[in-house]
Amino acid sequence: MTEEKNKKIKIGWFTFSCCEDNTIVMTEVMNDHWQEWKKIFDFRHVRVLKSNNILDELDIAFIEGAIASQDHINKLKEIREKSKKLVAIGACAIVGMPAGQRNYFSEEQKKEIEFLTARFAALPKVLRVSDVVKVDAEVPGCPMDPNKFLEVVNNLVKEFQQ
Amino acid sequence: MHTFDLNLDRLSKVEGSASLDVSVKDNKVESVKFKITEYKRFFTQAMKGKPILALPQLLARICGTCSNAHLLCSIEACENALNMPQSEQTRELRNLTMHGLIIRDHALHLYMFSMPDIYGKDAFLDFDENNPEEHQILHDAFEIKAAGNFLATLVAGRSVHAIHPTVGGFLHFPDQAGIGEAIKKLEAVRPAVLRLIEIYKKAPFHFDRKTNFMALVPEKYGYLHGVIIDSKGNKIPEEHFREHLEKVILPYSQASAYKHVGESYMVGALARMNLAKDRLHSKTKETLGEMLNIFPSTDIFHNNLAQAIEILHSIDDSVDVLSNKKFEPEPITKPVYKEAIGIGVIEAPRGTLYHKIHVGADGIVKEGEIIVPTGQNQINIEEDISRLVEDLVLKMDKDKIAFEIEKLIRAYDPCMSCASHFLKVNWKKS
Repeated sequence: MTEEKNKKIKIGWFTFSCCEDNTIVMTEVMNDHWQEWKKIFDFRHVRVLKSNNILDELDIAFIEGAIASQDHINKLKEIREKSKKLVAIGACAIVGMPAGQRNYFSEEQKKEIEFLTARFAALPKVLRVSDVVKVDAEVPGCPMDPNKFLEVVNNLVKEFQQ
Repeated sequence: MHTFDLNLDRLSKVEGSASLDVSVKDNKVESVKFKITEYKRFFTQAMKGKPILALPQLLARICGTCSNAHLLCSIEACENALNMPQSEQTRELRNLTMHGLIIRDHALHLYMFSMPDIYGKDAFLDFDENNPEEHQILHDAFEIKAAGNFLATLVAGRSVHAIHPTVGGFLHFPDQAGIGEAIKKLEAVRPAVLRLIEIYKKAPFHFDRKTNFMALVPEKYGYLHGVIIDSKGNKIPEEHFREHLEKVILPYSQASAYKHVGESYMVGALARMNLAKDRLHSKTKETLGEMLNIFPSTDIFHNNLAQAIEILHSIDDSVDVLSNKKFEPEPITKPVYKEAIGIGVIEAPRGTLYHKIHVGADGIVKEGEIIVPTGQNQINIEEDISRLVEDLVLKMDKDKIAFEIEKLIRAYDPCMSCASHFLKVNWKKS
């Protein structure tokens, strides 16, 4: 690995239970910022962009989606341990909705879906990211607001480049 | 003799989360399980008890990438339930919303997901700006995506979870300055789209297996209205679509799969191109000429070429409409509630999308059903993988076969967010 690549800010983008609208918005924001991002970011773990993903040591982990299973919890904790900063992206990550709409189902509705949550070992209640790990910054919205996203990204970039 | 199990834990460069198990014994494929591993969010359960006017915005959240397709399909189902006609302008604005979606969504798939396979790269951003060919491709990709994004934002308010389209019309209308700029941006990227088509015409990947196709075929190539036609020539009106599909439960997948007359089939850009290429915009047909003779094709990798051609069609049709139609503010048609069932069928980027709604006389949703393209393609994908692995088992090692499978799956452009969020519905016949 070149020295230049070592200096790049290491980015991870992780998706849990959601519709991936923020991933799409991120790829649209990229239309105007890809040349700059290509220079300053090392996209180490971004499944939507690449196949060889590495989860070793990240500077910034972006988390989209709500937490729906024990595997999700374990994965999120592992990401937190390996990341200097963790940013919750979008409504499902920050407030757990709408991905967690089953939390608010009536007893009758809950009964109807029980066999499916059991078959795939889903958690009894869908969680927010902050229910599981410490969150350093948030970008709210459904989907996230692109300007707020850029503001958070630029602030973190400044911190890492100091 | 080769005997092995192959597991792809989580596929990359696709929309959403899926894994794959393949079992091979004595050179024969014993099983292929394409597992959609997204956790269910139970939209068909959550829609119960919601006001009909709030439903399209809720169902848009099924999927980030094709959210505007779910939005328009749900609006159509709601309007059909309440017998609400659409004005010509509303229809044009909805067509333009779809064009914006097709341009940016197909471009995302073709450049960011599929293109790295062709050029032997891990990621699209690994393309080298100092190499003239790769430099051009990088710039083309983001300019085409940006043009589609601009069109969607101008017409629908946002390219993801759009805010202007609603039951009964539009809440906002494009202004002249924005229309002028959209035309300029779309025309500016046309040469880039022609380069994209050329790349996929020459792409070295092929996989041919005879299968069935199905698509909603409109009068003029588009995505919102028409008759469903299959590759055997059968015609199905939108409201009877569901009766022709058989649901297949795959216990290992979070999604439902479907067959048509006992056989697997494929939906999406390739199906549309095979069944409706003669209805493309005249400028698109004139530019592409004899190249369109490639279709009909059963080579699944031609799905990517069909997507590239659809971007060109969406640009040509959008420029035509934006240049020749005037858009004026129009009031929203007010709904009159009654108990009814409504069906919406549209062509989402990845194929035929079906929404059904049963609404009460109070305007509250009683129940509904949604069938998405990837659920319809699932069995076809598994049958293709099975054939591919048998073709390759004596020719290459396991890791190389795994990569070939991933390429094949990416050619379908599956969308797991869409596919996984439905609960089996036992629809009561009324």
